[in-house]
Amino acid sequence: MTELQEVSFDDIKHLVSERAISGENMLLNMGPQHPSTHGVLRLLLELDGETVVNCIPDIGYLHTGIEKNMEAKTYQKAEVMSDRLDYMNTTGNNLAYVMAVEKLVDLDVPERAQAIRVIIVELQRIASHLIFLAATGLDLAAQSIFLYCFREREMILDILELCSGQRMMTTYLRPGGLWRDVPPEFDGAVRDFLKIFPKRVDEYEALLTKNPIFVDRMAGIGILTREDALTYGVTGPILRASGVDWDLRKARPYSGYEQYDFDVPVLTKGDSYARYLVRIEEFRQSVRIIQQAMDKLPGGPVRSENRKFVPPPRSEIGVSMEALIHHFKLWTEGFPAPKASIYSAVESPRGELGVFLEGDGGPKPYRIHWRTPSFENLGVLPVLAKGHFVADLVAIIGSIDIVLGDIDR
Amino acid sequence: MGVEQKLGDMGIVTTTLEQVVNWSRTRAMWPMLFGLACCAIEMMAAQASNYDMSRFGMELMRASPRQSDLMIVAGRVSKKMGPVVRRLYDQMPEPQWAIAMGDCASCGGVFNNYAIFQGVDEVIPVDVYVAGCPPRPEALIHGVLTLYEKVGGEKLKDAVNR
Repeated sequence: MTELQEVSFDDIKHLVSERAISGENMLLNMGPQHPSTHGVLRLLLELDGETVVNCIPDIGYLHTGIEKNMEAKTYQKAEVMSDRLDYMNTTGNNLAYVMAVEKLVDLDVPERAQAIRVIIVELQRIASHLIFLAATGLDLAAQSIFLYCFREREMILDILELCSGQRMMTTYLRPGGLWRDVPPEFDGAVRDFLKIFPKRVDEYEALLTKNPIFVDRMAGIGILTREDALTYGVTGPILRASGVDWDLRKARPYSGYEQYDFDVPVLTKGDSYARYLVRIEEFRQSVRIIQQAMDKLPGGPVRSENRKFVPPPRSEIGVSMEALIHHFKLWTEGFPAPKASIYSAVESPRGELGVFLEGDGGPKPYRIHWRTPSFENLGVLPVLAKGHFVADLVAIIGSIDIVLGDIDR
Repeated sequence: MGVEQKLGDMGIVTTTLEQVVNWSRTRAMWPMLFGLACCAIEMMAAQASNYDMSRFGMELMRASPRQSDLMIVAGRVSKKMGPVVRRLYDQMPEPQWAIAMGDCASCGGVFNNYAIFQGVDEVIPVDVYVAGCPPRPEALIHGVLTLYEKVGGEKLKDAVNR
């Protein structure tokens, strides 16, 4: 076993102020095991009494080597790793990855598959925001919201399980389409959810939005100015809460988002409360998108017919020699991708989730790099935390909604 | 057919000290509020409305290792996190138990690489392994009940010698 990294005071002297060196300010370690750091984030805090003077994040406690592992697998098999990056947004990661692969090998996706992808990803966005709401509520000692949010999240996970057989790590979206078509029960399950969920959002709002304790803990806390937001490269609801109207679904539509009518909530205050309100509004907009996608869900195949990249359905293998050969070749060797590098990005619940993919002509990616939103969003934490109480830091970490799997990879 | 029956009629239950101790330990086992990765979300789901682990005396998750009996290692353990997990385990008071939740904590799972411990049992002793990536909340509850069975069979003598 590797030894605990012992850091002497001399090693961190350059990070802290003179007052900390003289002993007037206190240095406090928060994490990696702390209930409010949403995983294994470690923060070195310099405190003047109860006030945060300086906050230095220490990451890497969940470094998994996912990028390296993906390079050792063929394009199809590497996809299972993408689920495990940002584990709140598993199908969203799938979408980012399969879109990158499709762009690299120039593969078309049937319309039905694109529409189902949008439904699945928007459901996942709701599930992710529900965890944000549950965890942030819990950090601020609002226990009941946690129980409500998980009740609705189970409905979404049931739908994902219906489609893919797994609750979280679905790998349902595949290069060229989907793993298989949605089952007949899908329609009813999603429509039930759409009927129930808007009322439940009102319930959450009744619990929190005008709750004086919650507002006191969130409003005016951790203000991120528009300039800082742009300088630090934050994306997602945090950016939109600071007054920048930027959503990849609108700005660079993908997977057929241009067909759907939805609004991008933008607020200008930039505090924790605004970030909360943006996410609440995103619940409603996601419901709108899913509703439209369900109403005009086209028929047809759910995976591309291009047999060079997409394995044939299993039913064909028994009767067609060609299908058997394609299936065997694709699952043993994989498909070769051209020597090129591409970048493709989607709007994850946390911001711009991008994949940089470089092919070298072989069946495995030469290099894959993930541009994960939580990493940039965490970078802004020291700015937000400065001058606030330690207790408020908990609300700020909750409101920027980081996922350590996303940061450390 | 001996004294137990007669006393039972009088409203007195006889048992052994061992059974009472083990019974009480399984009825209020406090897990540590400590999640590493994906499995932590399913651990939260197991605590929440639909699965409700408080049915098994586990509604109280303690953030401090000093107040907890059970460590649920929920997620992959990286080389940087391993020593921290060990220190947390050492800080827990006896008797202490550990559940390796999920494939990563049990055996490294899909991550066979430089960054991840191939099972948390390289770092701490594990009592129960729960398979799945991530395990369903039911699977975690089953793991907990399996641990209860194990605790129910513990001998006080062994605890002294541990």
